[in-house]
Amino acid sequence: MPDQALSDVKVLDLTHYVAGPYCTKLLADFGADVVKVERPGVGDPARSMGPFPQDVPNPEKSGLFLHLNTSKRGITLDLSTRAAVKIVEELVKKVDLVVESFRPGTMERFGLDYASLKAINQNLVMTSISNFGQTGPYRDFRAAEIMFYGMGGEMYSTGLRDREPLKMAANVVLYQAGAAAAVATMGAVYAAMGQGTGQQVDVSIMETQVGSIDRRMSNLVAFQYTGETIGRGPFGTAGYPNGVYECEDGYFQVSGGRTYFPRVVRMLGEPEFLTEARWSTPEAQRDAGMKAEFEEHFQAWIKARPKYDAWRSAQEARVLSGPLNNIADLMQDPVFDQRGAFENISHPEAGELKYPGRPFIMSESPWSVSRPAPLLGQHNREVLGSLGYSGEDIVRLKQQNVI
Amino acid sequence: MTKLPLEGIRVLDMTVVWAGPYGTSFLADLGAEVIRIESTGIFIPMTRGMRAHPTEGELRGTPGFSGGLPGRTPGARPWNRAPVFNAHGRNKLSMTVDLLQPEGMDVFRRLVEISDVFVENNTTETLEKLGISYEMLQEQNPEMIMLRMPAYGSTGPYRNFRAYGLHMEGVIGHTMLRGYPDLDPSTTTSVLVADAAAGTQGAFAVLAALHYRRRTGKGQLIELGQAENTIPYLGQFLLDYSMNERVTSTLGNRHPHYIQGCYPCRGEDRWVTITLSGDDEWEALCRVLGNPSWCQEQKFAGHQSRHRHQDELDEHISHWTAERDHYEVMQMLQAEGVAAGPVMDQRDAYNDPHLDQRGMFEEVTQEDTGTYRYPRAPYKMSETPIGIRRGPVRLGEDNEYVYKTLLKYTEQEYTQLESQGHIGMDFRDDVP
Repeated sequence: MPDQALSDVKVLDLTHYVAGPYCTKLLADFGADVVKVERPGVGDPARSMGPFPQDVPNPEKSGLFLHLNTSKRGITLDLSTRAAVKIVEELVKKVDLVVESFRPGTMERFGLDYASLKAINQNLVMTSISNFGQTGPYRDFRAAEIMFYGMGGEMYSTGLRDREPLKMAANVVLYQAGAAAAVATMGAVYAAMGQGTGQQVDVSIMETQVGSIDRRMSNLVAFQYTGETIGRGPFGTAGYPNGVYECEDGYFQVSGGRTYFPRVVRMLGEPEFLTEARWSTPEAQRDAGMKAEFEEHFQAWIKARPKYDAWRSAQEARVLSGPLNNIADLMQDPVFDQRGAFENISHPEAGELKYPGRPFIMSESPWSVSRPAPLLGQHNREVLGSLGYSGEDIVRLKQQNVI
Repeated sequence: MTKLPLEGIRVLDMTVVWAGPYGTSFLADLGAEVIRIESTGIFIPMTRGMRAHPTEGELRGTPGFSGGLPGRTPGARPWNRAPVFNAHGRNKLSMTVDLLQPEGMDVFRRLVEISDVFVENNTTETLEKLGISYEMLQEQNPEMIMLRMPAYGSTGPYRNFRAYGLHMEGVIGHTMLRGYPDLDPSTTTSVLVADAAAGTQGAFAVLAALHYRRRTGKGQLIELGQAENTIPYLGQFLLDYSMNERVTSTLGNRHPHYIQGCYPCRGEDRWVTITLSGDDEWEALCRVLGNPSWCQEQKFAGHQSRHRHQDELDEHISHWTAERDHYEVMQMLQAEGVAAGPVMDQRDAYNDPHLDQRGMFEEVTQEDTGTYRYPRAPYKMSETPIGIRRGPVRLGEDNEYVYKTLLKYTEQEYTQLESQGHIGMDFRDDVP
């Protein structure tokens, strides 16, 4: 096993669904020893979300769960029982970090609030990931992924002016929340292990959108500066060509306006009419008639080309651009594959599948999947055994539905 | 006194546009001394605004995030007033140096000697041209950590490809998954998830490397290809392709299992999102709506059937929401346990009672801009409160501190570097 960046970090993972598990996946794939706790019987709700092979639901074959829980060990505990809480307390003595994503107040109900856990382990970091944070009037509100983007992020300015605001794909906002939680968590772990500051980190998924560089912060500041709200409409370097264009076999996106226009002219092979001086005046990029004239030529050019050909021509002229791939295009792209953007992982129930690979490359302490996502309760014996529970104890706990 | 987590860590920040500066803002929030290395002779568009010297006319015609300077006026130093930069410029320092001159590279080497981390997200050629590599940094400082964020990595045929985050999202498949299902993909507008992902996971990478260095004494090079870095956010689609060779197309605001949508509310361009995940929420919704007769229709009996008939259901829901304020819909539905929330424009965010009580915005004064409220870091810490210690940094604001205090340049040397064009607080007049 390689020496990984977080090989000395021990984590108790009480998260479920997407944001929390993505946070602990980042830690686990970079070496942290993560023990994930699930409810006996049903487990993490992500186990029921799919996608499933041949669309047949199976809690051990959910693509979402398999992806989000690599490199973790898994145990089951019914935290409403005293015996399970006692096991958590014993585990807390041995870990550096607890990450939890219950509704605010739930950990208190279990008797596992931060103050109680800190009494057991003075230096403990606990990251609490919740919909709206541990305080505030929306604390107990119900939520869905679309709501975080609508309330916290820039859904208001995403989409077309004469249509409803539009969300992003699937769970993207929850992944971003998990990544932000991982940053805050590592900051706290660094302080705890360096200067002995145990503390609780409060991550509100809504706030991870308010504080996102995906236009929200800039637009909030712009509103402060101008009093103008920013709604839906085209985006990018203003001018033309700008946006998504239909090409021979799909779609191609380009930002070639204003200062970048000369590169576009090069890309098009410097057709004679575009070498006329009128195209290089500052007004040219704001002139609707000239835009129409240009776009007629440009659309014909691009319509005649497959998206990867257009990409090569554009890049030879250094034009900011790219094809709109679908997932098949991406996964069949040899360049991503050769760089190692995907990882084949073998799982005892789901078999060998191609997963997303490392987010980034560390030269000395590499990303590595130490094991596939756990089967439900797969490591009960191993983890409880390490706490001194005997085989008989474990049978008894199982009979009592604690594990 | 409890120190901030990264107090004592010095970060050299040569980042541009969005992703890189967002990443270093996380490190600055956590207490690192983040020093932006800038130049008075080079202006990278969309970093400190669109252009160094925009005219008032230009500012009026551009979107708020780039053109929305206070009062839409350039002021004496427009580069210190741009929302696109000031949104993430908190808690940082700025120095200027011209790295194209040999003395400039001397300054850079001396900075490397006394720093811990170097972060950059320029095109791969930029650093090669300057002769900056990880090997070069290690010669000055063997324990240095370097984070590079090239679009497609520093190897392979795409290594020099030009892209913003929005193009990378197209390449990795996100854009095709988030348009209006009934419209052609050419109508898809841009989002900047790849920038957010790169900045955030880049900051995580640096923290992981700092942790590793403390244990082993080893620095390292981190390469974050921004396109690859965002692929995990789409994990379920990749697994679906692996399992079933399925290529999913956009669902818009809808959900594969839930009943979900974005509905019009009273007022101009007002919207609310609602998600019904099962029978409980459906019954609660009907209750709030006063159990209208259509709730009893056969096609709406059972979650599966409702999901199949969502078009009709949406019409009924829209009729009800359209007569109400978007916050009112949230309060009415949340009171009965239904997930509903307003689509908040920027004014809503500043007026929102929840964000207010959570202290999401902090008032900060910056000399060239004035006093405004800015978003803080997107999390809270109980023992090391993360706040805005300093407003968005001005170009070259910390030259004296960096050159004289940190690097021990004499007054005479400082004056000479100033006359050679390294030190200043203004972009040169010939910079567009």
